[in-house]
Amino acid sequence: MKITILQLFLHLLLLFGLSPLLSGVIGKTKALFAGRTGPPWLQLYYDIWKLFGKGLVLSRVTTWVFRAGPVVGLAVPVLAALLIPFGSIGAPLSFTGDLIFFIYLFGLARFFTACAALDTGSAFEGMGAVREVTFSCLAEPTVFFAFIVLARLSGSLSLDAMFGQTLAASWHSAAPSLLLILVCLFLVTLVENCRIPFDDPNTHLELTMIHEVMVLDHSGPDLGMILYGAAMKLFVLGALVVRLFLPGTTGSMILDLLLFAGGMLLLAVIIGVVESTMARLRLLRIPQLLVGASLLSFFSLILLLR
Amino acid sequence: MKNDVLQPQLLKNGGTIDLTQLASLGYEDFSGCLLAEVKAGGRVAAFFGVPGAGENDGLELFAVVARDRHANLAVYRTEVGTSFPSLVASCPQLHLFEREIAEQYGVKPTGHPWLKPVRFHRVWQGQTDVWGRPLDQHPRPGDMEFYRVEGEGVHEVAVGPVHAGIIEPGHFRFQCYGEKVMHLEISLGYQHRGIEQMQFQGPHPFTMAQMETIAGDTTIGHGLAHCQVIEALSGCEVPERAQAIRALALELERLANHVGDIGALAGDIGFLPTASFCGRLRGDYLNLSAALCGSRFGRGLVRPGGVHFDLDATLVREVLTRIDEIEGNTLGALDLFFDMPSVLARLEGTGRVSRSTAEDLGLVGVAAKACGVARDSRFFHPTGVYSHLFDELITEETGDVMARARVRYREVVVSIDLLRRIGANLPAGIIKVPVGPLQANSLAVSLVEGWRGEVVHVGITDAHGRLRRYKIIDPSFHNWNGLAMALRDEQISDFPLCNKSFNLSYCGFDL
Repeated sequence: MKITILQLFLHLLLLFGLSPLLSGVIGKTKALFAGRTGPPWLQLYYDIWKLFGKGLVLSRVTTWVFRAGPVVGLAVPVLAALLIPFGSIGAPLSFTGDLIFFIYLFGLARFFTACAALDTGSAFEGMGAVREVTFSCLAEPTVFFAFIVLARLSGSLSLDAMFGQTLAASWHSAAPSLLLILVCLFLVTLVENCRIPFDDPNTHLELTMIHEVMVLDHSGPDLGMILYGAAMKLFVLGALVVRLFLPGTTGSMILDLLLFAGGMLLLAVIIGVVESTMARLRLLRIPQLLVGASLLSFFSLILLLR
Repeated sequence: MKNDVLQPQLLKNGGTIDLTQLASLGYEDFSGCLLAEVKAGGRVAAFFGVPGAGENDGLELFAVVARDRHANLAVYRTEVGTSFPSLVASCPQLHLFEREIAEQYGVKPTGHPWLKPVRFHRVWQGQTDVWGRPLDQHPRPGDMEFYRVEGEGVHEVAVGPVHAGIIEPGHFRFQCYGEKVMHLEISLGYQHRGIEQMQFQGPHPFTMAQMETIAGDTTIGHGLAHCQVIEALSGCEVPERAQAIRALALELERLANHVGDIGALAGDIGFLPTASFCGRLRGDYLNLSAALCGSRFGRGLVRPGGVHFDLDATLVREVLTRIDEIEGNTLGALDLFFDMPSVLARLEGTGRVSRSTAEDLGLVGVAAKACGVARDSRFFHPTGVYSHLFDELITEETGDVMARARVRYREVVVSIDLLRRIGANLPAGIIKVPVGPLQANSLAVSLVEGWRGEVVHVGITDAHGRLRRYKIIDPSFHNWNGLAMALRDEQISDFPLCNKSFNLSYCGFDL
C-alpha cells in the first residue's frame, strides 16, 4: 500500500510539474524553425500562474454548466493519468477494463467542454463544439482498435498491463502491428490536442478554430484550468505514445524516469517539427485522415490475428 | 443605337477635358452609351454624382469608362432629378456606385435590386434620405436589413466589427448550412472620415496628407493618383527623374505588401517558416522606402509637381545592393511556400471566383488577374516610366486562393526586375517643378496601379479653378463583392484564408 501512495505522489508530481513544459518545448522548436527566439521555456507556467491570480468575467446568459466545463476539463486528465504507466513506473490505479473507463473519461471532458461552449449561445462556439465532437467521434475507433491490439498482446484488459513489462517482448513478436498503432496513437495525440495539421493552437481566426473557439468566453482562473487541463491531456496521451516507443525498463527507477522525461521532450520536439513543416489541413480533409487512421489501426489488428 | 452618333469625349490617363465642351446627355442616351461601352469590353472606373453649380440645379452624374484596349478613357455626363432608373440589372459593376450616389445625394436609383447604405453617413445635401433615416442624427454603421436564409439547419454567423486579430473593423454576416456558406454579406463604413467632402474648394494645405492616409498601405498609390490629377489640372510637366523615383516607390510599396500578404497567407494556414521569413522581409522592403524618403510607408515622398526627396548616386547603389540581398531571401521563402504539398493542398480550389463573375463585378488588380482577367493600368494606361519599362502582364487562370497567391509571387519577381531597371537608368535633372493654378471647369482622371489594383482619382474644378468634386475609388471598392462571391458554397472555415488572399482595405473603401 505504501508503494502505491508513493507511486500516486510521483505520478501527480510528474503530471503537474512537467506537463506545461511540453508546450514550452514545442514553442521553442517552432521558434527555431522560424528563426525566432520564441517564448521562454516556462511560458505556460507563467501564464497559468497569472490567470489564477486574475478575476473572472462571466456572460449574463451562462449557467453553472459554463463553469463546470473547465473543472471537468482539469479533473479528467488527472484521473486518466492515474490509469496509465509513466514509462516503466506502474499506474497507481488499475482494474480490469479500465481502458474503457480511460476512453470515456475523455468523452466526459469533451461533453462538458462542448456543453459549456453551447451554453454561451455564441454562433462560433456552437460551430467549434460541433467540429470537436465530430472529429473526436472519428478518432475514437482508432484508440479502441489500438487498445484491443495491446490487450490481445498482453492478455490483459487493464492499461497498466497493456503498457507494462510485456510490451518489450511484444515488439519482437508483433512489431508491424505495434508500429502501425504507434503512428495511429501519435495522430490521435495530435487531433485530441488540436495541433497542426488538424487545428492551429495559435490562430486568432475564430472561424477556423476547432478547440480554441470553444473556450473563447472563458477567462481568468477558468481559462487557467483549461490551459492546465490541455497541457495535461497532451502529457497523458503523449505518455502512451512514448511508452509504446520506449518499452521495457532499465532496472533503475531514476534512469527509467529520466528516459521517460527524455521521451516526452522528444515527442514535444517532434510535434514542434511537424507543426513547423506542415500547413493545416482543410477542415473537409480532417475526417478523411481520421478515418484513414482508424483503418490503419484496424489493419494492425488484422495483422495480429492473421 | 444613338451612341453611333454621339462621339464620346476621350482622354488619356492623367489627361483633362474641358467641361464646357462635354455635352450633358439625356439619361436614356447616357445609359445607352454606358451599357454599349461595357458591352464592348469597357469597364466602369468611376461613376459618381456632382451637385449642380446653382441652387436649383439637379444632380449631375459622371461616368468614366476605362477602355483598356484603346488605352483611353471615355467620360459621359448626364443630369438627373430626384431619381433615375437603375442600370445594375444590366451592368452589375454599377451596383455599389449607385448605392453610393443614393446615400450621398438622396437620389434614388429606382429598380436597384440591393439598395442599402454603403458607408452609413448622413446625406451630403438636400433633405431626403433614400431609406427615410432621421436627418438630424448620424446613422449607426451596420444598421440595415441583412439578407437572410431561413430553414432547418440554416444558421447565421455574425463576425465583427471587432475582430480577434488586429485588423480593421468590418461586419460579415454569413448564412450557413452546417459548415457551408450559402451567402456572405459584408457591411463596412466603420471608418468613414469624409475624405471626399474635405476636398471641396480644395486643394487645401492638408490635402496631400489626407490622400496619403486614404489607405495607409497604399500611401504611394493614392498619393501618386492625386498628384497626377493636380498636375493634369494645372498642366504641369513632371520631370523624368521624379517620375522614375515615383515608380521606384510604387514598386517598393507593391513588394512590401505582396511579400507581407504571402507571409500572412502562410500564417493563416499555420505554415510557419514562410510566415516568419516574409514578416521580416516585408520590413526590409519598408526600410528601403524609408531609405528613399525617411518614412517606411513612403509618406511625404510624392508631391504635386514631382517628388520631395532626391536620390544621390550612393543611395541608388545602396538600394540596388540591398535589393540583391533581399531578392534571394524573398525567392527562397516564397519557393518554400509554393513547393510544399500541404500548402498547395490547402490553397488550390479554395475560394474560387469565375472569370465571368470577375468581369461582371468589374474586379481589378490581383483579384482580377487571378481570374484570368487582364487588368493592369501600368500596362494599359501607362504614365511616366511605365510607358517604356513595363511590359509584363500577369494573369492566372484558376481564380482561387492559389491563383491570387501566385499572381503576387509573379508580381514580386517583375517588380524586383523593374526596380533594377529603373535604378540603372535613373534620368538626371530636377525632381520638382512648381504647380500653377488649376484650370477652371475641367475634369481630370488619374489611374495608378497600386499594389491591390487600380486606384482611380477624378477631380472636377469649378469656374474659379477650385475643386468642385473629388472622387476617390480604391480597388477595394470593386473587390469586396468579389470576396463575397468567392465564399459562395465554400466552407466557413476557409473565410479567413479567402479574406487574406484578397486582403482588401477597409478604410480605403470607407474613405
